[in-house]
Amino acid sequence: MPGLLDKRRSDRDEASIPTAGMADIAFLLLIFFLVTTTINVDTGIGMTLPPKLKPDQKPPPVKERNLMKVMVNAQGDVLVNEERASVAQIRDRAKKHVLNFGENPSLSVSPDDAVISIKTGAQTPYSTYIDVLDEVWMAYREIWDQIARTNRLPGPDGGTAGLDQTHSSYREYYNQLGPEEDNKIRDVFGAQISIAEPDTGE
Amino acid sequence: MASEKFQRSSSSTEPEFTTASLPDIVFMLLIFFMVATVLRETNIQVRTQLPQAEALTKIDQKRLISKVHIGPIKRGENQGDTAIQIDDALIEDRRAIRQIMYTKLQEQPKLIVSLKVDQESEMSIVNQVQQELREANALRINYSSNREGPPPS
Repeated sequence: MPGLLDKRRSDRDEASIPTAGMADIAFLLLIFFLVTTTINVDTGIGMTLPPKLKPDQKPPPVKERNLMKVMVNAQGDVLVNEERASVAQIRDRAKKHVLNFGENPSLSVSPDDAVISIKTGAQTPYSTYIDVLDEVWMAYREIWDQIARTNRLPGPDGGTAGLDQTHSSYREYYNQLGPEEDNKIRDVFGAQISIAEPDTGE
Repeated sequence: MASEKFQRSSSSTEPEFTTASLPDIVFMLLIFFMVATVLRETNIQVRTQLPQAEALTKIDQKRLISKVHIGPIKRGENQGDTAIQIDDALIEDRRAIRQIMYTKLQEQPKLIVSLKVDQESEMSIVNQVQQELREANALRINYSSNREGPPPS
């Protein structure tokens, strides 16, 4: 029996699967997935909306000095605490407001109390609103950058921020965080940005 | 001389390029793209040219996201009117948003609403949508925007 098998194998050419067409099939599939692929991660500016107030409930009181009011109209004109300003000035104004530590009596008492409120007109273009919101966030980002670099909280009695090591920027710190890890910088130095209640048009 | 060379090459076995490992390479690329692909499941009927911003955050967990598109309608009889699209449908009655979002929030308590708003839209419609989201208690939102200028290296 084994002799018979051996004989047959030696007689014929070795059988093989034709692999030439395989590449074509794979290429076709590859091109399909290449075309349909979008490897984009959603990016954007994260916000948390204030919870809905009950009809008899008043918004929580904020002291006048702790509140920085930013208003934008349809033409892109900006008012910061009722004064004319430009979009580019908002970042510095916001940083001064947050990092005042009670020094200037018209600015915030402490970073934890500081609130920045953004109000838009009904006809304000969305891009203008995002520009303003971005500037306010960047003010906080710059403060966080400093915390990440020095591992110290800003202010006259700035203690340690409790980071394990310093980082070159906040973004670098943020990127190395694990999915379940707490963002320590934001825990010790939070951002209070509020979207003002729109006018009801009455 | 030349003919001799020619003869020699024809006499030996024909050189062949091995294509056996080509499918392996291609399959590897194929598998990568298959894994990375997200097929576009919705047909977006409104134009959403996103604004640009600097202070961006990434949303890694795609399953938490629910998208709300706001922008001018691309085609049809109401072309150019600003409309809201959630999933596959244009929203006729803006007060229906709270119900839709409430249902989504029941399914996914950690819902993030990604607002994909055209940069020329007016704030009145965005505010309206935000009020609806507050009614539904869907408070985590994200203003979808692109990075300014060329991407950082």
